[in-house]
Amino acid sequence: MLRRSNGKGWNGRSRVFILLIVATVYLVGIFVWGITMNPVKYGVNYSEKLVSPCIKHLFGTDFMGRDMFYRSIKGLSNSIRIGLIASVISSIVALILGIVAAIWGGWIDKVINWCVDLCMGLPHLVLLILISFMMGKGVRGITVAVALTHWPSLTRIVRAEVMQVRNSQYVQAAYKMGKTKVQVAVTHILPHVLPAYLIGLVLLFPHAIMHESAVTFLGFGLPAEMPAIGVILAESMNYIVTGKWWLAFFPGILLLMAVLLFDGIGESLKKLWNPGSGNE
Amino acid sequence: MQLKAENVSFQYGENMPWILKDINFAVESGERVGIIGPSGYGKSTLSKIMAGYYKPTSGKITLDGESLPQKGFCPVQMIFQHPELSVNPRWKMEKILNECWKVDEDTKHAFGIEKDWMGRWPNELSGGELQRFCIARVLSPETKFLICDEITTMLDVITQAQIWKVLLEVSDKSNLGMLVVTHNMALAEKVCTRMIDITKWNK
Amino acid sequence: MEEKVLRNVLEINDLVVSFEMYQKGFRKKKLEVLHSLSLDVKEGEIVAVVGSSGSGKSVLAHAVLGLLPKNATMTGNIKYQGELLTPKERKKYLGREIAFIPQSVDYLDPLMKVGKQVVGVYSSKERQRQLFEKYQLKKEVEDMYPFQLSGGMARRILISAAVTEEPKLIIADEPTPGLNVELAMDTLRHFRKLADNGTSILMITHDIDLAFQVADRIAVFYAGTIVEISPTGDFLAGGKNLRHPYSKAFITALPQNEFQPLKGTQPYAGDLPEGCLFAPRCPKAEIACNGKIAMRDLREGKVRCIHAT
Repeated sequence: MLRRSNGKGWNGRSRVFILLIVATVYLVGIFVWGITMNPVKYGVNYSEKLVSPCIKHLFGTDFMGRDMFYRSIKGLSNSIRIGLIASVISSIVALILGIVAAIWGGWIDKVINWCVDLCMGLPHLVLLILISFMMGKGVRGITVAVALTHWPSLTRIVRAEVMQVRNSQYVQAAYKMGKTKVQVAVTHILPHVLPAYLIGLVLLFPHAIMHESAVTFLGFGLPAEMPAIGVILAESMNYIVTGKWWLAFFPGILLLMAVLLFDGIGESLKKLWNPGSGNE
Repeated sequence: MQLKAENVSFQYGENMPWILKDINFAVESGERVGIIGPSGYGKSTLSKIMAGYYKPTSGKITLDGESLPQKGFCPVQMIFQHPELSVNPRWKMEKILNECWKVDEDTKHAFGIEKDWMGRWPNELSGGELQRFCIARVLSPETKFLICDEITTMLDVITQAQIWKVLLEVSDKSNLGMLVVTHNMALAEKVCTRMIDITKWNK
Repeated sequence: MEEKVLRNVLEINDLVVSFEMYQKGFRKKKLEVLHSLSLDVKEGEIVAVVGSSGSGKSVLAHAVLGLLPKNATMTGNIKYQGELLTPKERKKYLGREIAFIPQSVDYLDPLMKVGKQVVGVYSSKERQRQLFEKYQLKKEVEDMYPFQLSGGMARRILISAAVTEEPKLIIADEPTPGLNVELAMDTLRHFRKLADNGTSILMITHDIDLAFQVADRIAVFYAGTIVEISPTGDFLAGGKNLRHPYSKAFITALPQNEFQPLKGTQPYAGDLPEGCLFAPRCPKAEIACNGKIAMRDLREGKVRCIHAT
């Protein structure tokens, strides 16, 4: 019960805020670095095959002499890009379906709910592989697959939020005060749904990235010539038994960090926005 | 003007019990009609029907013979028991107060709404203070009838007396018609011009 | 009537509770919501704490029960049966000797059938059935989940959950809203019976009429502290027997009395006057009221006012 703030002004809120900044800088940094990177940096160089980590090659090189550090960064950047596009599409689908289901109700609501249940009932990975395979694999296949499989849970959240605020006394009263449906939607409903939506969106990223990597790892996603964490990890499997641990270790850590950081951002936003914990 | 309930019956669903059955009564401008009775007799439901929040299962509510407007400002306004549920928690008090009409200085003064409260969030005010906002914001010149559903039940007695004192003055001055729903007999006797015992209606 | 010295079951001395809140951005501010509050509940006695909603009454209950949120700090002491109520002690008594009737169903586990929750850790199915019957709850209710309950049902569940173990102390936070009049009266009568059998009850409510019905003593809560504790009879007799000017104003404002309001509003936790918290609204306020005002005994009760006679 006796709890003081941790001195020197480092209270809970600023800690969360600093975490947010660090996470954002790390992720945006990798993303931008990967996009602007010169392909020569992770190009083939047969004179330096399977070099273990050293100053010149921080993460070592692979069987074609490609620098694993740059290749991993580029790969993660690709993953983030795909994750970003897929999550944004997914979340927009969720926002629209959630609001439509809540406002129209009736059979539309039933159909949407049925779709949500269906998608959530199927094993995620199987559905991902199927869609990606059907779309002809590659960047397009995997993006569509991730986008199409990640909307259900967020749809549910958005729907619940809209339902809650739609039936609230203050919204009902606003109608009686002569406000139109559009006015109410813009001034009352949207601001209420937005925080939950944004948090949902951020929390979608790590899932999207993980799933993209997983499907690629299994060979149903990005093509082998493209630097991607999934591809890198799949290739490294052939060399792990011969003691080339760095091929899997560093890219794996990079991926893990990205996923955890995104998750951290989402959770901290949740904490800040939730009035129940906002003062901790 | 006259706000009238004609043969109003209500049930929540087809096979659900009747909450209200064939209710007939009217409120005239300038009148304060008390609906008295313990909980469970459909007092709150009746107030929501009178204010147009619920549609009666059968029968109708009329204002000078016409049915209540479905769109636009409703001349019959309702004030609820829980003011904290009647305001958007993401809005500041100033925005909440002026959602309906630009509340004039006289009204603000009468309800003791302080300038300092305007920049606050709803969770920074007490129930009694919020209720003042909820009442003031619907007292526009276009409001003809006020439905008060246990509006001071959750407040302490001093705030209750403060709020009613102002409401009585306002309703006399602008010839408002009021429907006062309460379980508190003593309160009804002090504020109402006429009383209806809901237990005599049904059940 | 035999006179005997009753033991204090619950004793609260100089309780101060403050919350750390964020203001704009990152600056924290300490907000004191309970100010040197003192209160005692004797064996077999019902004490009602009466004050307006949102003035911090629930915080008092939460402090006794150890339910304060993480950003709260507490000083002063709380004694149960003469023993200091430390977190360890509290754990020992809570649910057995000390029971809580919370304000809303939010305190029930949403994923557990209510019958099971009422049985809890220490009680039996039989006892639960018996209680359900007493509170007119049908047998099917046992297998319901909290979200399926109506307001009145939920209230009765909460009350039966609290009394399963025949506790020595019950803390009830607004125990009756949502009940119809007969049931509310029934609940109060049940409280009275429990009290007559030796249970002490601390009832927190905004409804003074309710307090009049059952309480032995009434404590008037104002702006985060208790300004007067007096026997209920003094309240029923009208303002003249009361000690504190706020209690007098309280009685005057009742619709069955003069229905005359006192001007002004309760001050905020962050914005309190020095000295007497009621001074800005008090007709008798003078310079001496700006000093520290202690609780003192007066006639049969206690008061925090230098003018009280």
